[in-house]
Amino acid sequence: MAETEIKNFNINFGPQHPAAHGVLRMVLEMDGEIVDRADPHIGLLHRGTEKLIEYKNYLQAVPYFDRLDYVAPQNQEHAFALAVEKLLNIEVPPRGQYIRVLYAEIGRILNHILNISSYAMDVGAMTPMLWAFEHREILMEFCERVCGARLHMAYFRPGGVAFDMPPGLAEDIAKWAEEFPAFIDDLETLLTENRIFKQRTVDIAVVSAEQCYDWGFSGPNLRASGIAWDLRKAQPYDVYDKMDFDIPIGKHGDCYDRYLVRMYEMRESVKIIQQCIEKMPAGSCKVDDQKISPPSRGDMKKSMESLIHHFKLYTEGYHVPAGETYTAVEAPKGEFAVFLVSDGTNKPYRCKIRAPGFAHMAAMEMMSKGHMLADVVAVIGSIDIVFGEIDR
Amino acid sequence: MDAALRDLGELISASLGDAVSDFHVRNGELAVEVKRDSIVKVLSFLRDDVNCQFKLLVDICGVDYPSEEERFEVVYNLLSLTHNIRVRVKITTDEDTPVPSVIDVYNSANWMERETWDMYGIYFTGHPDLRRILTDYGFEGHPLRKDFPLTGYVELRYDDEQKRVVYEPVKLTQDFRSFDFLSPWEGVQSQLPGDEKADSTVDGGKGDAV
Repeated sequence: MAETEIKNFNINFGPQHPAAHGVLRMVLEMDGEIVDRADPHIGLLHRGTEKLIEYKNYLQAVPYFDRLDYVAPQNQEHAFALAVEKLLNIEVPPRGQYIRVLYAEIGRILNHILNISSYAMDVGAMTPMLWAFEHREILMEFCERVCGARLHMAYFRPGGVAFDMPPGLAEDIAKWAEEFPAFIDDLETLLTENRIFKQRTVDIAVVSAEQCYDWGFSGPNLRASGIAWDLRKAQPYDVYDKMDFDIPIGKHGDCYDRYLVRMYEMRESVKIIQQCIEKMPAGSCKVDDQKISPPSRGDMKKSMESLIHHFKLYTEGYHVPAGETYTAVEAPKGEFAVFLVSDGTNKPYRCKIRAPGFAHMAAMEMMSKGHMLADVVAVIGSIDIVFGEIDR
Repeated sequence: MDAALRDLGELISASLGDAVSDFHVRNGELAVEVKRDSIVKVLSFLRDDVNCQFKLLVDICGVDYPSEEERFEVVYNLLSLTHNIRVRVKITTDEDTPVPSVIDVYNSANWMERETWDMYGIYFTGHPDLRRILTDYGFEGHPLRKDFPLTGYVELRYDDEQKRVVYEPVKLTQDFRSFDFLSPWEGVQSQLPGDEKADSTVDGGKGDAV
């Protein structure tokens, strides 16, 4: 029998692939069915957000943050708002801070239920997706009621939030928060002990703590490897220091643990939401500085000064003192940060967006090497990537 | 907090000697300016020293200051989980001077350096795979440079005759409008057109200068 030369086989995964969670093109070098090399090509959704922000004033930059990780938009806005507030040296009134924390946690649940259900679909479970979207719909309704937009909220603005919560909303959220843990229980009965789900995820793409450091992991992916690190606890912003919640960590750092951490985080988020509603003080939801937060519609009808402020704020915007800051928040996917350089004008001089998914995606080769082609899908699902934020 | 950061800054500059040219604490954040050629040494020290333990490199990014002699700043943001502190390490470079890659210190630097190369054209020596990352295949130029126009140079269109997507020079039906909102009454930091002689305290555009 003639000797045959065995050659590695290259395949293109994506850019149009339902399990690629967006526009990921990955060139996989296969040795049989084993992945030898994985080269993700990203940037297919690059929109030049950072460049665009340099040409917009600070308020106009807010909506761009919604369009990064469009699964949990408010958490991105949070980082930008905190960064600008730091440079402006202002503090948001307590009510504004509570509303922000409340909605940031709603964002976290929005993100996690989408991730868990689509992850489950990637590895073969259909039902979680259908169930989860029902709850996403309810949550997006809460977003709509507070700011008018289901998804791209543009609600967390430098200086507070855009509007106060309408009457009755807090009660409805509280009622939902009562019922939601039962849904998580139901979801767990479908997945946590599911034989197929465990076969596909346990011991797949094990990441050690050292590797996490080396590759710049953050968020649930870091915690799944047993590192108790959460910016909400370690470097609390807004009123997270007044909240009582736990940080779940994993033991093995495999795909299954990453799922478990997210599952548990949702229960903790519900706790935070309940505490926010319970403790929410009355008062203003944005800073009482007419040079930064716009006047109310009523004031504009009566006061010339308010009218001028309104005009100036929506044309020129406010000037931010020169300086730079690196401000990070614990977004659902990990450490989302804004490195903001101001030169004292009304536009950011440089606004670098640090997306957690970027670092996770970079570790794709490390995680999928030596695994089967089908496991690549499980890995992508488990690290929770959204191309809006990776490609920017 | 500020005092602790200042102590840390002093410790870093004392331990590294010549490599550190300056450090300062502003807005409760520590920034260390170091010499370009010693960046690998500095980051290795920051990662391994007992008092630093900056095990996570969270971000690398460029900033462009065209008016400076060395126009680019490369900013490394580090995080220490053990001590719960952040530090920012900065070096400067220009279009032609390469920067040593820190990929041997942190693996996460791989894509971040590729991105910095893509966006600013800052060259990293010792990087195993310095390809473009975010822009299109065959893209020319470095879009985040201040002299790169916001609209870019080419646009894409599907050509029905050739049955494929084609590149064409950008055609704008209306010029890109950049409004000058600087008001003569308040808050003016920069110079207004026509006011060149009136005031000499001109903000050169570099944030840290003030």
